[in-house]
Amino acid sequence: MLDVQDLQKIYTGRHRNVEALRNLTFHIAEGELVCLVGPSGCGKTTLLKCMAGLLAPTRGEVRLDGRPVAGPPPGMAVVFQEYGRSLFAWMNVRDNVALPLRRKKLGKARERELVDHALEVVGLSDAHEAYPWQLSGGMQQRVAIARAVAYEPKVLLMDEPFAAVDAQTRAELEDLIRKLWHELGVTVLFVTHDIDEAVYLGQRTLILSKSPTVVQEDLTIDLPDERDQLHTRSSPRFAELRAHVYEQIQRAKHHSGDTAPDPVVADRTIEPVLQKTES
Amino acid sequence: MTSPGLTPVLAEPAGTDSGPGGAPARRGPLPVAVLRGLAGLAGLVAVLEVLPHTGLVSADYLPPASETVRTLGTLLAEPAFWTALGDTLTGWGLGLAVAVVAGVVAGVVIGSVPVLRAVTASTIEFLRPIPSVALIPVAVLLYGTDLRSKLLLVVYASFWQVIVQVLAGMQDVDPVAEDTARSYLLGTWGRVRHVLWPTALPYVMTGVRLAATVALILTITAELVIGAPGLGHEIAVAQVSGAVPEVYALVLVTGLLGVAVNLAARAVERRALHWHQSVRTEVTA
Amino acid sequence: MTALTVARRGLLVLGLPAVLFTVWWFATAGSTDFYFPPLATILESFGKVWTAERLLSDVVPSLLRLAAGYLLAVVVGVGLGLVVGMRRAVRDVLEPVLELFRAIPPPVLIPVIMLFAGIGDTMKVLVIVSGCMWPILLNTVEGVRAVDEVLGDTCRSYGITGVARLRHLVLRAASPQIVTGMRQALSIGIILMVISEMFAASNGLGFTIVQFQRSFAIPEMWSGVLLLGILGFLLSLLFRFAENRVLAWYHGLRRAQRNP
Repeated sequence: MLDVQDLQKIYTGRHRNVEALRNLTFHIAEGELVCLVGPSGCGKTTLLKCMAGLLAPTRGEVRLDGRPVAGPPPGMAVVFQEYGRSLFAWMNVRDNVALPLRRKKLGKARERELVDHALEVVGLSDAHEAYPWQLSGGMQQRVAIARAVAYEPKVLLMDEPFAAVDAQTRAELEDLIRKLWHELGVTVLFVTHDIDEAVYLGQRTLILSKSPTVVQEDLTIDLPDERDQLHTRSSPRFAELRAHVYEQIQRAKHHSGDTAPDPVVADRTIEPVLQKTES
Repeated sequence: MTSPGLTPVLAEPAGTDSGPGGAPARRGPLPVAVLRGLAGLAGLVAVLEVLPHTGLVSADYLPPASETVRTLGTLLAEPAFWTALGDTLTGWGLGLAVAVVAGVVAGVVIGSVPVLRAVTASTIEFLRPIPSVALIPVAVLLYGTDLRSKLLLVVYASFWQVIVQVLAGMQDVDPVAEDTARSYLLGTWGRVRHVLWPTALPYVMTGVRLAATVALILTITAELVIGAPGLGHEIAVAQVSGAVPEVYALVLVTGLLGVAVNLAARAVERRALHWHQSVRTEVTA
Repeated sequence: MTALTVARRGLLVLGLPAVLFTVWWFATAGSTDFYFPPLATILESFGKVWTAERLLSDVVPSLLRLAAGYLLAVVVGVGLGLVVGMRRAVRDVLEPVLELFRAIPPPVLIPVIMLFAGIGDTMKVLVIVSGCMWPILLNTVEGVRAVDEVLGDTCRSYGITGVARLRHLVLRAASPQIVTGMRQALSIGIILMVISEMFAASNGLGFTIVQFQRSFAIPEMWSGVLLLGILGFLLSLLFRFAENRVLAWYHGLRRAQRNP
């Protein structure tokens, strides 16, 4: 479905070049929900922008359904962290959601249906006429999610979407994403710097090294599919996984494409019984 | 009252111009940009030089750039030119000074007394948009081609620029700072001095910069239309006597004067606000 | 709102103007000063001078020229501003040239434009265009340049490109700046409308007022000054009305940012 092959990104500046991504290879299957986590400044956003076709990689490629991504592909929607800056302040909620649909020329009725439904599933049925800046941060991010939902993407990329909302709202939005993923059968790549979120949300978690970035570990999250904030988070397995990811992130702070010449085995999909190796 | 910034650059003194996707290194403009800018200016000169030669535009109406520059050289050697420049600068400077002082004093007084503010708001809103050129006939009648004629127009036009900014600044005061000042029993003067004035200063500087530009426009307008001595009058004389290259040379001088006023005003603004800006926008540096 | 607050507001809005008017009225009531006739006389001549016929022959042509020049300046300024603002290289090349043109006090262009366009309507419209264009252009450039990066990425990822991008993103995002430029341009436009008529014209507001002044028809001249003032005020009111409609979202956004 979504293939990242030998991806490298070097930013060329006036005085120096910065290698943000060294060599990234991974695969996301159709219908998967994968989280991407890594230490601060590890090039998560760069990777996501390359995948979204917003940034051309220096080497390697991204393939969506076998076709190389060169520019934003149709069928892919992105939700950015900065909800305040990704919504059109001059349009009301409804128009914000509807704008990307205009190009698809679906007809008025279908368009209306999609917008109504999208706003309903994110819980904003009564905010159609409001302007984004009249809403709270969490609600603004719901608008951005509704816009993505209405677009009917096959792949949904989310770039730390909940980093700027308060903790309670964040929990609600996490459950919303799980629900939408279940209902729509969409493939989701969720970038985050929050370890709990990375474990709670997905089926798999990709742990990135620090920059220049490689994939440090590809971890399967074997928590039951039915998750809720209270029970899942208090389960022993959750604690184990969380501790493991935490350790990996701590290690990742010292680990990068420079310290590990061979790219780390990217396909260690099944982590066996986890034990605390160091403490 | 909160208009979306009155100027292009310092739209809102709260430093909105350091937008995202940011200004490339504050350290100074990129050499590439400077070179391109120079290329642009060179291109303009080249076009002005070539255009009259092609016959597309008659050289009677648009003398080649070289001729304009030659004429400018001759002008610079004449004492009359320097007298005219002096007259213009005198009118501009005096008018601006009077307008700034009057605008700041009136603004601070009105802005710090809520009742005054409420009572005068409608009057200010009514008087401000009255075009200053409406006063030209009055000025001619009262003062003829005297310096005072110029001053009447300049002061009237610039005063509003200053007072409106000062009032906006006084209104922008952080209510928390205001409450703090009250709870520490600062008197009226203390509040004006330590709370209101520092908040209003960036706005005042913006007002001064806008007023400086407006004052120059009105000074030269008065000279051009009324005939008060100065560069504007020189242009009118040159035009009437058909000395086209001189008209262009003088227009160029007024343009350069405008650029100079602009740059100077911005430099003063930056200097005066240096400590202020450091608190607000240059944290990232 | 209770009747009391309405009365209070009315008093605040109208109080000082009423006082000033009264002071002017009584201070000049018995005036024998040739230059400062009684307000009563001015108002009387206002009614006599600015008849419907006069408005049609002098005020309407002035306003039409202003409208034509101003609208042309908006179209050219915004259009060029978009082109210049969206291309970094173009901006770098043209910025100093534009700054120079902007810095030239607009009235000095009248003699220059008269060389090309004579003294007719074309000249006056061109003068207004040449003065109003620069603030609009430079503000548009500034606004286009400051279009939010995240919003730009959002548009790209949803395939909003070309004309749709221009219409829904660039123009709207730059609109607060564009309006600022248009506001500056409006006051310049009024100045140029009046001055260009003082230079050479056979009709128009500026022309008429100067005629009164030259023939020492003082009350009539004052009535003209008054009319110009009212016109300036009405135009700015109209502008504010339009601005509040177009930029309602912006003012709301600003308020929301101020008190989160």
